[in-house]
Amino acid sequence: MEILGLYNYWVFGALLMIGFFALIARQNLVKKLLGLSIFQSAVFLLYISLAKVEGGTAPIILDPTAAEIFSNPLPQVLILTAIVVGISTTALGLAIVVRIREAYDTIEDDEIRRLDRRS
Amino acid sequence: MSLEAHIPALPVIVPLLAAPIAAYLRPRHLAWAAATLASIASFAIAVLLALATRDGSIHRYAMGGWPAPFGIELAIDSLGALVLLIITGASTLAIIAGRETIERDIEPHRQPLFYAAWLMVVAGLAGIAITGDAFNVFVFMEISSLATYVVIAAGSDRQALTAVFKYLIMGTIGATFYLIGVGFVYMMTGTLNFADMQARLADIPYVAPVHLAAAFIIVGLALKAAVFPLHAWLPNAYAHAPHAVTAFIAACSTKVTILVLLRFDFVVFMGNIAEHATQFALFVMPLALLGILFGSGVAIFETNVKRLLGYSSIAQLGYILLGASFVDRAGLLASVLHIFNHALAKGALFLAIVALGHHLTRFEIRDLHGIGRRMPWTLGAFSIAALSLVGVPGTAGFISKWYLIVAAFGQGSLGLVLVGVIVASSLMAVVYLWRILEPAWFAAADPVAAGAADDKRVGEAPVGVLAVVLLAAALNVWFGLVPAFPLELAGHAADELLRHVP
Amino acid sequence: MSVATAVWIPLAGALLIALTGRWPNVRETITILTAITLAAFVYSVGVEVTAGGRPTAMLGELLPGVSIGFKVEPLGLMFGTIASGLWIVASLYSIGYMRGNKEHHQTRFYVCFAIAIAAALGIAFSANLLTLFLFYEILTISTYPLVAHKGDAKTIAAARVYLGILLATSIGLFLPAIIWTYHAAGTLDFVQGGILAGAVSGPALGFLLALYVFGVGKAAVMPVHRWLPAAMVAPTPVSALLHAVAVVKAGVFTIVKVIVYTFGIDHLFAEPSSAWLTYAAAFTIIAASIVALRQTNLKRMLAYSTIGQLSYVVLAAAILKPLSEIGAAVHIVAHAFGKITLFFAAGAIYTASKKTELHELAGIARRMPWTMTAFTIGALSMIGVPPTAGFVSKWYILAGAFQSDNYFAIFTIIVSTVLNAAYFLPVIFLAWLQPEQTPQKKDHGEAPLFIVVALTTTALLTLGLFFFNQPLIDLEAQVVGRGER
Repeated sequence: MEILGLYNYWVFGALLMIGFFALIARQNLVKKLLGLSIFQSAVFLLYISLAKVEGGTAPIILDPTAAEIFSNPLPQVLILTAIVVGISTTALGLAIVVRIREAYDTIEDDEIRRLDRRS
Repeated sequence: MSLEAHIPALPVIVPLLAAPIAAYLRPRHLAWAAATLASIASFAIAVLLALATRDGSIHRYAMGGWPAPFGIELAIDSLGALVLLIITGASTLAIIAGRETIERDIEPHRQPLFYAAWLMVVAGLAGIAITGDAFNVFVFMEISSLATYVVIAAGSDRQALTAVFKYLIMGTIGATFYLIGVGFVYMMTGTLNFADMQARLADIPYVAPVHLAAAFIIVGLALKAAVFPLHAWLPNAYAHAPHAVTAFIAACSTKVTILVLLRFDFVVFMGNIAEHATQFALFVMPLALLGILFGSGVAIFETNVKRLLGYSSIAQLGYILLGASFVDRAGLLASVLHIFNHALAKGALFLAIVALGHHLTRFEIRDLHGIGRRMPWTLGAFSIAALSLVGVPGTAGFISKWYLIVAAFGQGSLGLVLVGVIVASSLMAVVYLWRILEPAWFAAADPVAAGAADDKRVGEAPVGVLAVVLLAAALNVWFGLVPAFPLELAGHAADELLRHVP
Repeated sequence: MSVATAVWIPLAGALLIALTGRWPNVRETITILTAITLAAFVYSVGVEVTAGGRPTAMLGELLPGVSIGFKVEPLGLMFGTIASGLWIVASLYSIGYMRGNKEHHQTRFYVCFAIAIAAALGIAFSANLLTLFLFYEILTISTYPLVAHKGDAKTIAAARVYLGILLATSIGLFLPAIIWTYHAAGTLDFVQGGILAGAVSGPALGFLLALYVFGVGKAAVMPVHRWLPAAMVAPTPVSALLHAVAVVKAGVFTIVKVIVYTFGIDHLFAEPSSAWLTYAAAFTIIAASIVALRQTNLKRMLAYSTIGQLSYVVLAAAILKPLSEIGAAVHIVAHAFGKITLFFAAGAIYTASKKTELHELAGIARRMPWTMTAFTIGALSMIGVPPTAGFVSKWYILAGAFQSDNYFAIFTIIVSTVLNAAYFLPVIFLAWLQPEQTPQKKDHGEAPLFIVVALTTTALLTLGLFFFNQPLIDLEAQVVGRGER
């Protein structure tokens, strides 16, 4: 039960590795970026899951006197920032891929390396 | 509050606000002027802060008036002030020296955007140096990284794009690893403030997640700092970036990451995880030594001058880490001092490259043949900076090498091996720099080289550029003879870092 | 005036020379005037030191407990005096040589020469090892353009050897040795009796001594002597600078200074691990003499002779007796006078006749009697025949060796004297007594007047030191802290 109870960490680990694998193993630059996105998303999930408090509600306080249990809002706020950063990174990466495609006429990493060696 | 109270925040605020202004300023020369002014202003503030921390005090500033540990806190200590000085100084010199080459190499309508991105780099790096909040470090790191990718991609050949893509992938992995580590620490302590983390970690009985966090943070930051063997992105990024950008980032970007690494390990972990000092030393020292030998060794056989200097940076980074891995005052002092002195030397070398770039389009060693006859002052400055990099007495590099070797002697019998490595690497530096300097001074220009060294019209770089280059070289000599100022800051930085180490 | 002026005068001279490079007459007048000013200043310092004063000037603390600073003591005064005094002569000679051979880049030449002299004085007057090391490196770097002066591929390759060996030994061995000393003793000051007693002892002391001896590549103890023959590609005035005035003298001076003021001769004498130095020096003396015997080129022969003569100084210092330390100091002076005469003569022969090989010298004394007389005096001094300076220094070295019953050193000196005679006497015989070969490359007489004046002066100094050595001996006796002879 202990192992399964921490399933959110298993999901985080699995996603992290899937993303990392795509990053390393794929030659296609867009697929690399997709891998990077999955890699980052895994971390978002980690943060969000560790904010969850069992039995807690959304952190919206309607009645200040009631001692409600609610989830920690801070990691969620943090991760909003991280998501923005992730989007910017992906966008910038894609923009660079477009420029690479214009310059090399390919987006395959091995092909690009071959072209660079020749020049 | 009066303006004076806000000074600690200004190194970030000024470039951050100036960036959008620069992006919309037309004509482009105004954008350059705005960026330069913002950079100079940040530098002036950095000088003020550095002078203020000379007595070892820490200047805190609560962002938005939210007190720590709830709000984000800026905490400027000697280490932060020193690195801030490097960042803003390098930015100022590089942007002044680089105007003509940027003007030539980048399409006119993109230049204001380029300068805006440049300022974002300054803001991001400055933010990392002075913030006291772990998550804030991540945000600033990404601001500076994203902007750095943009300015590097402005390089004129297409290989800049592939280099930057590689950098983007590696940099993002590094930053994400850091983020994971911070997440685990937050999970255990519920705080993001460095000082608060340090205090609360002591009460945590279950330390396995903290160990994991330390591993993620060290590896992530090592990746961003191009610590051997995670350096693969660095040489090409340096080689293909616009010359002015190389001069700027080579002086400071990896060092800022080292600063975070030192903060996290020394302030947060060492006091709280038993054996962390040993773990840190055992992990970092071999990598530092290998990096020193590898970087110098590859540089000996490298033919592209900018990439060669990039490999040399990997070796020099090894010195910085080696000092830190001793986990004592002498080592940290040498390490922090070398952050400053290497920035001086490498910055001056790349500024000289900017000046040479007025006439050379490529930077293979053979393109530089005979350039000394055409541009003696520039090459003279390059030579002085090279001496500083080697560590010849009378230059800044000598001071830090001296402290490093003294610290290494303090390591007992292991110290002799360390001294051997440091000395061997210095001699290798003589070799690789000599491979550039000798033909540059003496050889006849290579007729098949793409550079224009033999062209009769080639003379010195414009006076303004030359002045900056000579100033940078002169600083190497000045801080080699009068090292009191960086020494003081480095001493306080070492004390501050060691305060929590048992 | 602060003794630091001794460094500032030639530096200011270098600046003025650079600024007036366009007018050769002005430039060369400034060179001579600077040299004279410097010599006068060093003389004024010398008066104070002889009277027992130790003028000191500290410029600022570079590292905790270690400042960049100067403190003149007899050994340094002696080196400073020959460097500044011979600079006047060497300048006169350079003017004749550079003009006579229509060399290029003459301004660069004079500027670097002046900087090298400044560095030599910095070394001579340094108050501690760090200051010495700083100027040692400046000397290496400022003489590099002089060695590479010709600028063709062969010269640059040779100059690379020069710079490579000197930088590699200084950074690789000398600097670690200094830092080790600093780590062990906590100071780097030159102190009477040394600073290492009680700090380093046993085999480590012998090892540290090795780091110093081989780290000071300028002293050319084998196997780090290769740069000296390589540097023969330089113009002759530079060879004179290297061999007599500044560079090698800086090397042996450093070794003597380190042995006397850092190790302390008594501390070193008590440690058997330092005995190897005698053998290393002896080996260098004999080996260099044998190699010199086999040379056919005049300048190369002189270069190997220098290597041997330098190790005389090292040997003398390694005997570790007060008399031999005095001998070491005197030998620095004696060799400086003798060797600069020989190089001036070699340069005079080259300028007048373009001859460089030994066999070409047959009968040349008839055409150049002044030059060859001076050459003969220099050669006799190298062998150690009275009435020349070489005899005096050898006397003291031998006296020191007898004092400590070091028969190995005595034997070495005797053998090498025979070898020295074996390679110098045939040259003298050839030049004076053999008939000229025909046809001659070129019909010539004496070298230009500047050159002849310069080499006659140094030859007279070589003779003079034999007759008037008492002030020098008394001065150097202060080094080992005794009044007796």
